[in-house]
Amino acid sequence: MSNAEFDQALQTFFMESRELLEAMEESLLGLESSPDDDDAINAIFRAAHTIKGSGGLFGLDGIVSFTHVVENVLDRVRGGHVPVNGELIALLLSCRDHIGMLVEQIAADPSAQPDKELESVGSMLLAQLKSYQTGVTHPACAPVSTSSCTEILPQTGNTVENDLWHISLRFGQDVLRNGMDPLAFIRYLDNMGKIVHILTLPDAMPFALEMDPESCYLGFEIDFQGDGIDKAAIEGVFEFVREDCSLRILPPHSRIEAYTQLINELPENNIALGELLVNCGSLTRKELEQALHLQEVLRSGAGTGEASKLGDILVEQGVVQPELIDAALGKQKVARENKSQESKLIRIQADKLDQLINLVGEMVIAGAATSLIALRTQDAALHEATSTLSRLVEEIRDSALQLRMVQIGETFSRFNRVVRDVSREIGKDIGLDILGAETELDKSVVEKIGDPLMHLVRNSMDHGIEAAEIRLQRGKPARGTLRLNAYHESGSIVVEVGDDGGGLNRARIFAKALEKGLVTANQVLSDQEVYGLIFEAGFSTAEAVTNLSGRGVGMDVVRRNIEALRGTVQIDSVEGAGTTVKIRLPLTLAIIDGFLMGVGSSSYVVPLDMVMECIELNEAERQETRDSHYINLRGTILPFIRLRDQFRVRGKPARHENIVVVQYAGLRAGLVVDELMGEFQTVIKPLGKLFANLKGIGGSTILGSGEVALILDVPTLIQRAISLESRVLN
Amino acid sequence: MTIHIETHNGVCHVHVAGEMTIYHAAEIKAELLPCLELGAELEIDLSEVSEMDTAGFQLLLLAKRAALAANKPLRLVAHSPATLEVLDMLNMASYFGDPVIMPRTVH
Repeated sequence: MSNAEFDQALQTFFMESRELLEAMEESLLGLESSPDDDDAINAIFRAAHTIKGSGGLFGLDGIVSFTHVVENVLDRVRGGHVPVNGELIALLLSCRDHIGMLVEQIAADPSAQPDKELESVGSMLLAQLKSYQTGVTHPACAPVSTSSCTEILPQTGNTVENDLWHISLRFGQDVLRNGMDPLAFIRYLDNMGKIVHILTLPDAMPFALEMDPESCYLGFEIDFQGDGIDKAAIEGVFEFVREDCSLRILPPHSRIEAYTQLINELPENNIALGELLVNCGSLTRKELEQALHLQEVLRSGAGTGEASKLGDILVEQGVVQPELIDAALGKQKVARENKSQESKLIRIQADKLDQLINLVGEMVIAGAATSLIALRTQDAALHEATSTLSRLVEEIRDSALQLRMVQIGETFSRFNRVVRDVSREIGKDIGLDILGAETELDKSVVEKIGDPLMHLVRNSMDHGIEAAEIRLQRGKPARGTLRLNAYHESGSIVVEVGDDGGGLNRARIFAKALEKGLVTANQVLSDQEVYGLIFEAGFSTAEAVTNLSGRGVGMDVVRRNIEALRGTVQIDSVEGAGTTVKIRLPLTLAIIDGFLMGVGSSSYVVPLDMVMECIELNEAERQETRDSHYINLRGTILPFIRLRDQFRVRGKPARHENIVVVQYAGLRAGLVVDELMGEFQTVIKPLGKLFANLKGIGGSTILGSGEVALILDVPTLIQRAISLESRVLN
Repeated sequence: MTIHIETHNGVCHVHVAGEMTIYHAAEIKAELLPCLELGAELEIDLSEVSEMDTAGFQLLLLAKRAALAANKPLRLVAHSPATLEVLDMLNMASYFGDPVIMPRTVH
């Protein structure tokens, strides 16, 4: 395996560990409310076990040794020897965090030595874990599997004498090339219990010239002693090479038939193999004779059509016993379900996906050009073909973008832990409500929204939700509630962080802003505009009045982050009843369904989702609205902007004008254009740095004809239309 | 990984330094096997082998078998801790039949 491949495998390990740690955290938090949840305990155990196992493969000893202790304690929890209580959960959460830190440290620098601080935290945790480990030196096997051991014991007559597991291993030739080192597995097995005897079988290795130094030719016969270890645990050791090795495990005191079967199945010469087994102490000489005899019997049996019963014999022999017990416990089923879940997912590199989407973008543009030419030729068949093609391109576009979509639930559920920890820290009782976890949004957006959300959540808990006494005085339940919600709304996704706390004090914010010189005394501002002031840079609150104290710390950073994603923030607040911060983000960042409009010779695009309706501006209305910036649309006032004026398009005004009514964040405005050109698949191309500060334009796109169209930034234009209108009114 | 080969009085001395792993397996094989032809005896000095994996171990095994087939003695000498650990774990020290000095830490 090349270094690059090794690195890749390591990256997969980091990724998997992070996922497992997340699952572990979720289950631990779940245990808090239902301490008897066996599934949760099993899930936690599995997570620790898998991290330990894969960590061992990469030789990450720090992780293995720490996780091993955690796993032991978890095993005792699983066996019912240790009761689940708040204290234990808190400790296990800390352990989870510690494992996470160890993983991250290695992820950051694989050659790093553990730093002192981390080590001291680790040893402190280990000391605490010790109290849960006492009594038994090695993890006792779960009560049920113990009984499985005793179940096998009574069959003295036909069973072998020694009390060791016998493991027969033959590695596939490709195992080394696949990046696995058989030695690592044996080393790991030795750590788990004790390899009493091992025989290395090089028989499969060809001589000099034919031997490929990168193939693996080795087989091993191992006698293994492991207290409280079941078959699944041994199989678990070799889980990563399952495909690349043949593994046979005989439990202690297996029937002699089992060994017969084993000898039969192994590729080496029967007699030699039997001798081997005697040599390595698995069988006594007498037992071997019995086994070989049985083999004869079985063979003649096969002649009479009983060969198919071998599987049944296996079951009778107690070879598969531990598995049956496991199945009874339902463990296996869970494990298998997880497996099948895994096989449904594939990991791919994000940049490959980006490349695909880029290509789809180019295809959309090329497709538009083709349609345009087809339209000109007026060839009906060609026209039909291109319209089928563009429908397919549209579908491909949607599926490609869908690939990037992830549910926001994962991001949300991370806050369970945050809310729990922070509420303890600040001594408030706060619960978290999560709504709309299944809402999907672009992966790149999900990644970037975590920090701003964290800020808002902490702020709400710190300063929004009152202390219990005040809450009771105000007639609210003592337990505060924080709400995370997500939903789709006209082409954008809205993420809400809400609390049922004290709300914002409008007067105080206004006074503060006045003091800072952000507003003037006679300025008329809507509630939302006032609340929005807390996002201003420098609206610091260190010295501000109590119930908005802290509400400005870093809020300008939050807004900047959101704006970088082409999103907006808005605050709704009712004094005494709570505050809700709404973050609105564009659904996708790459390709949208657009609506194409023409003014003079230029073309403009708005996201189709934001278009409510189109109306023609008739001659009478044109005269009427020459100087005003609003019309009466079915009884409501609709402010509008003439794009011709906004972008100073030269040339004579067109004969006809249309109003495109757009909506964003509950506000409406009209855009007056010359021509409506209909739906258009828009590949968003960012504008250069030079145009970054341009107001009202969000990007550009390329039309089928090769011309460039500007994508309008609807939120800004709506704001502008409304402020124009109010200025005129004032 | 570097291999140094010298022949004195009919004994071919091979000195392997660095990793005896899959990364260098092909290279080591190509250097190691012809050594059997260079002398009546082959001696492999493992004192500077820093790491050994399955591939590295297989090469020692291959050399030993080839030597047995050619009826020439092969000796592994001055085992480094990394090589000892592997031979010990796989219970193969006796197969090679070389005197092995266990490192002090093991006892």
